[in-house]
Amino acid sequence: MTAPTNAGDKAIVVEGLRKSFGKVEALRGIDFAVQRGTVLGVLGPNGAGKTTAVRILTTLLQPDAGRAFVEDHDVVREAAAVRNVIGLAGQSTAIVDELTGHENLEMVGRLHHLTRTQARARAGDLLAQFDLEDAADRAAKTYSGGMLRRLDLAASLVAHPAVLFLDEPTTGLDPRSRLAMWDVIRTLVAGGTTLLLTTQYLDEADELADDIIVIDHGQVIAEGTAEELKGRIGGDVVEFTVPDRSRIDDAIAAIDTLGEGDPVLDRHRGQVAIRVGSRGSEALVETVRRLDAAGVESAGLSLRRPSLDDVFLALTGHAAAAVADEVTA
Amino acid sequence: MTEQSLRWAVNDAWVLTWRNLTVWRRVPAYLVFTIVQPTIFTLLFRFVFGGAIPVAIPGGYVNYLLPGVIGQTAAFATMATAISLAIEAQKGVIDRLRVMPIARSAVLLGRLAADGFRMLVTLLVIIAVGYAVGFRFSGGVGAALGMIALAEAFGLALCCVSMFIGLALRQEEAVQAFGLIWLFPLTFVSSAFVPVQSMPGWLQAFAVNQPVTHVINALRALALGDTRVTPMGDNLWLSIVWIAAIVAVFMPLAVRAYKRVS
Repeated sequence: MTAPTNAGDKAIVVEGLRKSFGKVEALRGIDFAVQRGTVLGVLGPNGAGKTTAVRILTTLLQPDAGRAFVEDHDVVREAAAVRNVIGLAGQSTAIVDELTGHENLEMVGRLHHLTRTQARARAGDLLAQFDLEDAADRAAKTYSGGMLRRLDLAASLVAHPAVLFLDEPTTGLDPRSRLAMWDVIRTLVAGGTTLLLTTQYLDEADELADDIIVIDHGQVIAEGTAEELKGRIGGDVVEFTVPDRSRIDDAIAAIDTLGEGDPVLDRHRGQVAIRVGSRGSEALVETVRRLDAAGVESAGLSLRRPSLDDVFLALTGHAAAAVADEVTA
Repeated sequence: MTEQSLRWAVNDAWVLTWRNLTVWRRVPAYLVFTIVQPTIFTLLFRFVFGGAIPVAIPGGYVNYLLPGVIGQTAAFATMATAISLAIEAQKGVIDRLRVMPIARSAVLLGRLAADGFRMLVTLLVIIAVGYAVGFRFSGGVGAALGMIALAEAFGLALCCVSMFIGLALRQEEAVQAFGLIWLFPLTFVSSAFVPVQSMPGWLQAFAVNQPVTHVINALRALALGDTRVTPMGDNLWLSIVWIAAIVAVFMPLAVRAYKRVS
């Protein structure tokens, strides 16, 4: 089986991939490609099919239909060749709690057929690179969540993979560890590694990815750069918070006809967002006037460019984070 | 298989064996499970039940008991095998190993080798405890070593069953519950602790013909000598047939379950 003729500079090519688990269609025919040396952000809520796609690309699952190539190797027919060029990291599952950081990395090196000396040297390098030198000889079970993720990422890099898959690398991390993880990932990408990153966090895709595909219910529903995706919902967003949550419906009623489409409401935070197209400043003034007339107090009134959150909502009709686990595949 | 890939397969299995043994060494609970539990079992049967179970064997019940405890312990030790694999499958550890270019056999062989070593330690502890409470080998050094080897071989065969169960169920609780269901009847409804002649007829039919009884009878004949009260009879070759059959059925099943973990 030869790679598609247009593969050339593509590190990953996916064509018509389908996968069902019983009656649940996890992937309903997805296509995408990743240029060498770039970062693709695969964005979608829990159960959208992101993990299933990663599992197929990393040879852990066989697709029901469609084809996928990593560095021109077919993930089904040439699984062994694929395993030689990929790394997979995510939720620190490769780490053995009872082994030290150094032992964990050395073990992975030995499994990649480095000699003992090579494996030790590589482990030392990676521990330094990921700021884990001080904890190198401590059992991994004493590590913080952020340290574990970094160690896990280091483990996936032992054999210098050409293509790296990061499956929700910051899910469950506190904000500070998340930012640290982003820094680590940026450094990595600067070194030329092709990266496929799945995330449910829109800001993460925005920060790290060159290109983004949005997956929902097993289908790619949008693709492009973060800027292109933001451009697709057309124009700016007026946003404000109603400190008195009981007045939130009054606020909605007041600004109801102002925007394009229905206002978006986060009741918990008392936050209201309205898409206002290109009438930015005019709409801002009008919002102030109407809220004032209705006697609703507001805070943090602002005009901003749309975020990926807005995009996701516009594309799917539901917020990215609010979706419950529909499919756990 | 080329020489190179064979060397790597051995390397991969060895690295994972080292990993499993290191974990075992560093978790006190595992050591307790390996050493303290069989010690307690030996002492319990020797002193609590021993007086109530009459056997016509030179040296008394402790000589009857010890090969039984050894057989039973070899079987029960495989619970840990099933549980570790289930946890690794559940946590995604096995997935991460499968994404690396390691030999397909490495995870199972590494598990077998590590658990086989663990089992050997347990067997030696039981023999030491046995010696302290009156047990004596009386069939010679060769037969004693043969007994340890047979117990180990039987334990490894049951490890294959446990690997299959662990990888097929992939849930610690389920594996634990299921382990009790098959291991308790198999080991207790046997000649491990009491002569099968003391059981009701319908139970005897099972007890006499099941592998644990053959193995334990053979262990006894090796430990105490092939005598009128502990005859070897057909037990040794039946044990070997059973061990071969169990491996032949469950090793492929375990390999298949391993490939399906995802």
